[in-house]
Parts: sequence; structure tokens; C-alpha cells
Amino acid sequence: MKHYIAPLLLVAAAAPSFASDLSVSVELPRLQVAEYHKPYVAVWIENDSNKVVSNLAVWYDVDMRNNEGEKWLKDMRQWWRRTGRNLDLPVDGMSGATRGPGTHQMRFSLEQAQLQNLPAGNYRLRVEAAREVGGRELINLPFTWPQTKTTTFKQAGNSELGAISFTINP
Amino acid sequence: MKVTLLKSLLLAGLAASCFNVNAHRAWIVPQETQLSGENRWVSFDAAVSNDIFLSNYNPGRFSGVKVHAPDGTPTEVENMHKGKYRHVFDLALTQEGTYKVFTASNGLFARWYEDGKRKWYPGRGEAFSMEEFKKRVPKDADKLTVTQFSRRMETFVTLGAPTEKTLQATNKGLELIAITHPNELYAGEAAKFKFLIDGKPAVGAEVVAIREGTRYRNAQQEISVKADENGVVTLNWNGAGRYFFEAEYQDNKASAPATVRRGTYVAVLEVLPD
Repeated sequence: MKHYIAPLLLVAAAAPSFASDLSVSVELPRLQVAEYHKPYVAVWIENDSNKVVSNLAVWYDVDMRNNEGEKWLKDMRQWWRRTGRNLDLPVDGMSGATRGPGTHQMRFSLEQAQLQNLPAGNYRLRVEAAREVGGRELINLPFTWPQTKTTTFKQAGNSELGAISFTINP
Repeated sequence: MKVTLLKSLLLAGLAASCFNVNAHRAWIVPQETQLSGENRWVSFDAAVSNDIFLSNYNPGRFSGVKVHAPDGTPTEVENMHKGKYRHVFDLALTQEGTYKVFTASNGLFARWYEDGKRKWYPGRGEAFSMEEFKKRVPKDADKLTVTQFSRRMETFVTLGAPTEKTLQATNKGLELIAITHPNELYAGEAAKFKFLIDGKPAVGAEVVAIREGTRYRNAQQEISVKADENGVVTLNWNGAGRYFFEAEYQDNKASAPATVRRGTYVAVLEVLPD
């Protein structure tokens, strides 16, 4: 009996629902430093065995000649290890230019976020920032999938990242 | 007082002349080990010095340093410079994957007495050759001991995702087999390596790992572990940094004319913060 229930649940979770989306808000703090470079930032989702299930965004110097901006991607150490080094960059819809201080909103449909077939379980949204002549910070937002009603997960960084929030809109 | 001084000088002299006793540490240090992007270069220092990684003793002999590219083919370093205390050279990373930069040697070392005087071959800083060995070592010498030795020094750098091809064993001498990839080391994660001596588990090999920057602290803070019955060691790092990593192994399973088999392995490994 149990064998039948699991796949049914999966189908239910993956069933198209018109409003389904995710939104992510990333605040980059304004820093009082002599030399400021916009940070490299990556946003992705991992399951509870550290496997990447969704790459949402990577902001880096995409426009430098000879792809020289890729030189610093490895400074987002976790992202580089878990997924970056296996990607062929730039990736459409995911790679983008670096952004300055302020709050940046992103919205993804389940399809865009590669989450249509995500099995029920424990996951975490990870946001990592690394800045030239600056520091590095990694924020983890644990969540369970699926959610039955609109739910927001929040956390704040204390050096390279400000307020981070993540909303699942089932 | 004078007698003690004389004694200690004599002892020091003896120790210095013995094979591998009080040998200085030697290393090949990469400036960085995990790289992203295209057409990247890595700069290396190589030297003989006991201070990790401060070059203040002698530059060693590194002109014959070898490189295996990720696809397993040999390639070469560039811009080799020999300074007073160290060698400096560069490696162009043209392939994605893991490069191995290394030196390796093996041979026989003999010690004996002639007219009551201590003799040995090869001499300090001299390379082994079988021809010279046969010519210079008398077979029936007084107190003759012959040691079969192997020495290997390595370091690894990876462009993009790590690969395994350059990590394969030659089954000659003391070698490290990566259970944890040598370019996948993180401060909060234990690392596992296996040691082989001539292709078989180096049971009981003694391993020491020391994080760089010893001159900025009061203790070496070495991590000491012994290989288990499968030749495996597990290390828990003392934080992020580059480590001097040395393994030593000795047994009596040598091939004639040697009676002692001895291997030393040195690597410089970079451990990143989590």
C-alpha cells in the first residue's frame, strides 16, 4: 500500500497550479569601505544530502573580455564546489551582471526554478556572496517541500548580505 | 662543559650524515589549488626548509619537477627560477581537471664500515644509480646494511571540477591514494587517504600534517596519525590553510640485496574554509 502512496503524493505536488511560484529577495548592504566592488552572488537550492536541485541565480562580471570575470567564481566556495564548477557558464536565465547595494527581488515559476518534480523532503535555499577586497558570507534557509499555503522564510546576514527572504507560493 | 659541547657536536655530525635522519623538510607549494575560469596560471614555490612555508634554508633540486595534466599526459612547468632559498615556477592550466606536480625517486642506500670508518652511498645530495652502487659498495663490507628507498613529493591543482586520472598509483614506492580528493579538502570535514607501498597497503605508515604559518605560533600543532590495517588514515584538520603533509613507512620486506624497505611521501595540501 505504502508503495502506491508515495508516487501519488509526488504527482499531487507536481500538479500544475497556475499561481505556483517562488520569490527570493536578497539585500546587499551598503558598506562604508574605501574600495567597493559589487559582490559576486549565487542563489541555489540543495536537498538534505547536499545535492543541488536548483540553480536560481549567479551574478558575476559576465561582460569582462575573454570571460575573465569567471576567475573569481571559485570565491563563492560552496557554490563553486556544489555546482558552479560543473556548469558551462554563462547559463541563460541564471547568469547575470553583479548588482549594487539595495534589495533585489527575483521571481521564478516552478518550471523556471526546475522544481516541478521536486520530491517531498527537506531542502535549503542557499545564498552566497563574495566581494573583491572584501569578505564572503553564506546564508542557509531550511524549508520543507511541498508547502500547502504561502510561506515565507527569512534570515539576515551580518557582513556581506543583508535581509534574505524566500517565499513559496503554492 | 667542553666535553658536553664536543659530544653534542659529534652527535650532530653523526646524525647529519645518517640517511634521512634529521633530514630537512622539502616542499612544492602552490599559491592556490582550486581555480575557475579559462587559461589560468598557478605560481609555485619549491624549497628545502624546516619552517613551513618559509624559504630560508636552501632551494633544493627542483629543475626536474614533473607534471601530469588532467588527461594523464606529461607537461612542463615554465619560468623556472632558482633563487638563493627557493625555486619559483609557473604552470599554465590549459585543461579542466586536476594537475599533479611532483618529483619521485627510488633506489638503494648502503652504509658500511671500512677500516673502522663509516661509509655510505649515495652521498648527501647525490642521485642513486645502480651502476655506481655496484662499483662503489663492497659486497662483503663490514656491517653493510642496504636500504631500498623511495621518495615522492607532490602537490595538486584543479581548474574547474576535480578529476581522478592523475591520482592513479604507479605501484612503486610509498604513494597516496585519494579517498578524499586532494583538492576537495575543507576545514570542517575529515579527510581519508590510503597509503600503498609498492602497490600494497602501507600498514602502520606514520603521517604528520602541519598547517602553514608555524612562525606565527608557538607550537607546530602537528596532526599525527598512523595508517590502519588497510593503509588508511583519517585526518581532522586544524582549520583552513595549506598543510605540509608527510608520511613515512619502513619494513623488512625489501628485495635483495636490500634488507630494509623505506618510503617517504610529502604533499602540500590546501584546506579551504567551509
